[in-house]
Amino acid sequence: MLEVSALNSFYGKAHILNDLSFKVERGEVVALLGRNGAGKTTTMKSLMQLVRPRSGQVIFDGTRITGLPAHKAARLGLGYVPEERRIFSDLTILENLEVGRQRPREGAPAWTLEALFELFPNLWERRNNRGKAMSGGEQQMLTIARTLMGNPKLLLLDEPSEGIAPVIVEQMARTIVRLKNEGLTVIISEQNLHFARMVADRAVIIEGGEKKFDGSFSELEKHPEIRDAYLSV
Amino acid sequence: MAMGLFVAQLLTGLANAAALFLVASGLSLIFGVTRIVNFAHGSLYMIGAYVGVTLMNVLPGHFGFWGSIVLAGLITGLIGVVIEMCVLRPVYKAPELFQLVATFGVILVIQDLALMIWGAEDKLGPRAPGLKSVVRILGEPVPQYDLALIAITPFILFALWWLITKTRVGILVRAATQDREMVGALGVNQAWLFTGVFFLGSALAGLGGAIQLPKGGADLLMDLNIISAVFVVVVIGGMGSITGAFLASVLISVLNVFGVTYLPQSTLVLMYVVMAVVLLVRPYGLFGREEKAGEHGQVGEPDRPIRPFGKMGMALTSLLLLGLALVPFLGSSFAQVLIVDILIFCLFAASLQFILSTGGLVSFGHALFYGGGAYAAALLMSYADTPMEVAFILAPISAGLLALVVGWFCIRLSGVYFAMLTLAFSQLGWSLVFQWNEVTGGDDGLVNIWPSAWLSDTTTYYYFALVFVTAGILFLRHVIHAPFGYALRAARDSARQAEATGIDVRKVQWMSFALAGAIAGLAGALFVFSKGSIFPNELQISKSFDALIVVFLGGVKTLSGGIVGATFLEGAKDWLIRLEYWRLVLGLVIIFVVIIAPDGIVGTLRRLGERLGLRRQEEFMR
Ligand SMILES: Nc1ncnc2c1ncn2[C@@H]1O[C@H](COP(=O)(O)OP(=O)(O)OP(=O)(O)O)[C@@H](O)[C@H]1O
Ligand SMILES: [Mg+2]
Repeated sequence: MLEVSALNSFYGKAHILNDLSFKVERGEVVALLGRNGAGKTTTMKSLMQLVRPRSGQVIFDGTRITGLPAHKAARLGLGYVPEERRIFSDLTILENLEVGRQRPREGAPAWTLEALFELFPNLWERRNNRGKAMSGGEQQMLTIARTLMGNPKLLLLDEPSEGIAPVIVEQMARTIVRLKNEGLTVIISEQNLHFARMVADRAVIIEGGEKKFDGSFSELEKHPEIRDAYLSV
Repeated sequence: MAMGLFVAQLLTGLANAAALFLVASGLSLIFGVTRIVNFAHGSLYMIGAYVGVTLMNVLPGHFGFWGSIVLAGLITGLIGVVIEMCVLRPVYKAPELFQLVATFGVILVIQDLALMIWGAEDKLGPRAPGLKSVVRILGEPVPQYDLALIAITPFILFALWWLITKTRVGILVRAATQDREMVGALGVNQAWLFTGVFFLGSALAGLGGAIQLPKGGADLLMDLNIISAVFVVVVIGGMGSITGAFLASVLISVLNVFGVTYLPQSTLVLMYVVMAVVLLVRPYGLFGREEKAGEHGQVGEPDRPIRPFGKMGMALTSLLLLGLALVPFLGSSFAQVLIVDILIFCLFAASLQFILSTGGLVSFGHALFYGGGAYAAALLMSYADTPMEVAFILAPISAGLLALVVGWFCIRLSGVYFAMLTLAFSQLGWSLVFQWNEVTGGDDGLVNIWPSAWLSDTTTYYYFALVFVTAGILFLRHVIHAPFGYALRAARDSARQAEATGIDVRKVQWMSFALAGAIAGLAGALFVFSKGSIFPNELQISKSFDALIVVFLGGVKTLSGGIVGATFLEGAKDWLIRLEYWRLVLGLVIIFVVIIAPDGIVGTLRRLGERLGLRRQEEFMR
C-alpha cells in the first residue's frame, strides 16, 4: 500500500528526515513512535507532500507521489489528519465535513454523513455549530470525520490522543480499531506507547529523523532498552 | 434643513455605494483567499467601464444596456484570470511586497493599454433606457437610475451571500480564507480555487465599472481614483468580509455626499479620519478577524551577515563621491539640477529601504514624511518668517515627530494591515494638504520657498545637497551596523526571541519608523529648497509607490539597492517619458523583475558577481 524509501526532508537548512524507509501493507495499522521532535509530524507531512522531500520516494498504491502537489496525493486516496487539527473554525461542522468530501473510490470504504455521525454521535448534536466552540476531543473527531469524507485508502493520523480527556482516548482507540475493521490502512503517530499498543499491529520507532526500530509490539517488548532509549515512558 | 434634501442626499449616497460595494467586495474576496492585496483592482473597474461603454454603443435597447453590463463583468473576469495566471501565479509564494509590486506593474500596463485602445478622451456613459428622467421625492429630484441602483444592490449582496454561505464553492472559499494549505490537503486544487476567486472578484469590479456608467462614464483616471476609496472600504469593513464591505461602502458613500454639502473642504479627510478611527478601535476592521499570520518579517531570502566596507568598497565609494564632487567643473548646470533630483530621490529611497528591509516594516505611505518634511519647511518659511537654515533643520525633525505619531498607531499592526494603515495615514495627510486651501494653498501649493542667498547658486546648492544626502545615507548605514540596527533586525526576524533577550520590540520598531521618517523629511526639505515650491502631489500615493518600486528594482536587501534603483529610475525617466507608452514599458519591466529577478539590480549583480568569483565586489554592493 505504501512504500517509503530513503526519504530526506529539510526545513530550510535543517536536515530533519534522514534516509527514512519503511513499508505499510494494506489493512495494516502502523504506529510511528518517537519522542518530541523526533520527526513524526515531518514524516506525515512528507508523505502528504505538504513538506517536499528533497530526495527519496514515496510509492502509494503503485503510484509515485513524491513531488506531486498535496491535493493530488489526497485525490489518490491519502487522508491526512493533522496534529494541530486545523478545524475551519468559521465553518459549521457540516461545512467542515463538506470541505473534505470527495467521490467514493475503489478499494476504500465509502463514507456517508450518516455513517460518520453514527461513528461520532457527538458531532451530530452540534452539526450546525461553528468549529470554534468545541472541546479538544470533539475537534479531534471532527478532523478525522472530515478526512474520512474524502474516502481515503490510507489514513495518516498525527497524534490523535494528544490533548484529549482519557475517556475520549479510549473511545478514540475503539474508533481506530473499527476503521481498521472497515478495511482502512492507518499510520498513526504517537508518543503514547500504551495507546499505540491498543490500536496498532506494528511499531516503527524514529529518533532524530532516523528509523531505530521496525517490528511487532511483542518484539519491542523483548527489547526494553530500545523503548527506554527512544520513547519517554 | 429640509427633510426632502436630506432624503435626496441619502439616496444619492446609497446609489453611489452600489459601484463601490461591487468593487470592494471583489477586492475583499480576492484578498481573503489569496492573501494578495490586488492594487490593480481599480484597473479592472476601469476596464469594466470601458468595455461596458463600448458594448452599450453597439447593443441596442434595454437588453443591450443591461446585457452590456453583465458582459462587461464577465469579460473583466476573464481578464482578471489572465492576470492571475500570468502575473500572480508565479509569485504566490513570494513575499507580500513582491506581489504588491507586481500588481503595481499591472496598473501601469493596463493604463497604457486602455490609452491605446480607447484613447485619451473621456467616454460619456449612455443613460439607461427607460430610466432617463428623475422622480420627485419630497419635492427633490432623484434620478431614476439612482433608484434602480439602490434596488439592485441588495440583490447583489444577497446573491453573494448565497454563493458564499450556501454553495460548495463558497464553503471552500471560506475554508481557504482560513487555512488554504489544509484545504489543499483535503484534495481541493488550490490553483483553480484561486483562479476562480480571481474571476469572481474581477468580474465584480468590472460589473461595478459598467454599472456606474450612466453616472460617471469612463476615463483613464478612474482606476487610481477608486482604489483608495476601495481600500478604505475594505479596511473599514474588514478584509475578506462581504457584509463589512457592504456596510462600509454605504457608510463612506453617504458620508461623502453629506460631506460635499456640509463640509465641502474636508470630504477626503473625513473618509480617512473615519478609517483611522475604526482601525484604532478595531484594528482588523468592523468584520475582519485578527490575523495571526502576516508578521512583520524579512522581505525575501534571509539577509547575509552584514560586514563593514572592505577596501574595495571604500575605494569605489570614494571614487563615486569624487566623481560627483567634480560634476560642477565638468557638467552643465542642467546636469547639476538633474543630479540633485537623483540624489534627493536616493536619500528618500534609502530611508524607505531602511525601514522596509532592516526594519521589516512594509510602509505604503512613506511619501507622507517626505512631503511632510517639505511642507514643514515651506509652512515655516511662509507663515513664521523662519530663516531658511532653521526651517531646513526643523523639517526633518517635524517629519520625525509626525512619523512618531503615525508610527504609534501603525506599529501595533503587522503585514498587510500595517501597510494599509500607513497608506491611510499618508492619504489623510495628502487630503489635508490638498483641501486646506487657506493654509497649504491646496492644489496651488506653496511657492517662493527659496534657500538663503548664500545657497541660491546652483553649484552651491549642488554641494549642499551632496553633503546632506551623503551624510544621511552614511548615517543610515551606521545605524544598520550599530547595536540599534542589530536589535531592529532581531525584532524583525523573531519578535519573541528578541523580547526574550530584553529588546523592546515595539519601541525599537517605533523608533526606526521615526528615524526613517526624519530622513525622508530631510530629503523633502532638500527637495523644496531646490525647487522653490511644493505641491500636494509630493505626498500622494504615487510618490510612495515610486519609492517602493525604486527600492524594489534596485534590490530590497541592501541599502545600495534603493540608491541604485533611484538613480536608475530617475535617469531612465528622462528618456522613458519621451516614449508614448512609457507606462507599458515600465510596467512590463516591473513584472518581469518580480518574476525573473526578484533580487533587483543589486541583488542580481551580486549574484552574477559571485558566480564569476568576484567575491570582493560583494562588499561594495552592501
Ligand atoms: N517549520 C519548521 N521549521 C524548522 N524546524 C522545524 C519545523 N517544524 C519542525 N521542526 C523541527 O523538526 C524536528 C522534527 O519535528 P516534528 O514536528 O516532525 O517532530 P514530532 O516528532 O512530530 O514532535 P512532536 O511529538 O512534538 O509532535 C524538530 O527538531 C523541530 O524542531
Ligand atoms: Mg508532531
